[in-house]
Amino acid sequence: MSEASVGAGEGSQAPEREVATDLFRRGLIISPILLALCLIFWGVNGLACGSIGLGLVLINFLMGAWIIDWAVKISPQFLMVAVLGGFILRMGMLAIVVLPIRNSNWFEIMPFGILLIFSHLGLLIWETRYVSATLAYPGLKPGKPDIRRHGDTN
Amino acid sequence: MLSLLATTFSILAQAVTDNTEGLKAIGAGLGYGLAAIGPGIGIGVVVAAAIDAMTRQPESAGTARTTMFLGIAFTEALALIGFVVFILLLP
Repeated sequence: MSEASVGAGEGSQAPEREVATDLFRRGLIISPILLALCLIFWGVNGLACGSIGLGLVLINFLMGAWIIDWAVKISPQFLMVAVLGGFILRMGMLAIVVLPIRNSNWFEIMPFGILLIFSHLGLLIWETRYVSATLAYPGLKPGKPDIRRHGDTN
Repeated sequence: MLSLLATTFSILAQAVTDNTEGLKAIGAGLGYGLAAIGPGIGIGVVVAAAIDAMTRQPESAGTARTTMFLGIAFTEALALIGFVVFILLLP
């Protein structure tokens, strides 16, 4: 369990940056397994394309958090412009990275697409498990269940 | 006469093949554009609600920002799916 995600939203100065950093760390933790699966099913080309997909997802999270953090410091009204502009910017980044290499003979669309979509959704669902519990019960930290018996005081 | 007809049909067949490739490209572009409309609207709704919450209750701005960030990221997944389909459809 991550302390950063538990603290997000509770008096933190940049909660979205903490969440994005946490997502990035979780992505790095899970990346060897995902990339090994790509290597097994699609070979070295799949490994390269999977790395590009996963890297784009992680950079996308960090860029999104950085843009929100930057815009909120200016004004809440500027937030709408920055978030929608950031959305276009990040989709443009995806296109700029992928379109020049998509016709290369080593480019495999399946590992790239699978890692892009499923790592994005999977990491978010993983993170939401902690954040939602924290938002509902600020003192609650998801972890091992308390197995003390009734009557125990220590 | 027959050879002229055969030549004409072969030219038409070539033109149809070329059109298919062009239509694929148009379909891919249109598909990605349409797939980006939904997340665009969704992100607008999420951010508008978060700004509303932050201005009404500034003390809970951290919670609103965290929820907003996750909402934006979930909505963006639709655009990512659209992007992958776009790459798949491109000739």
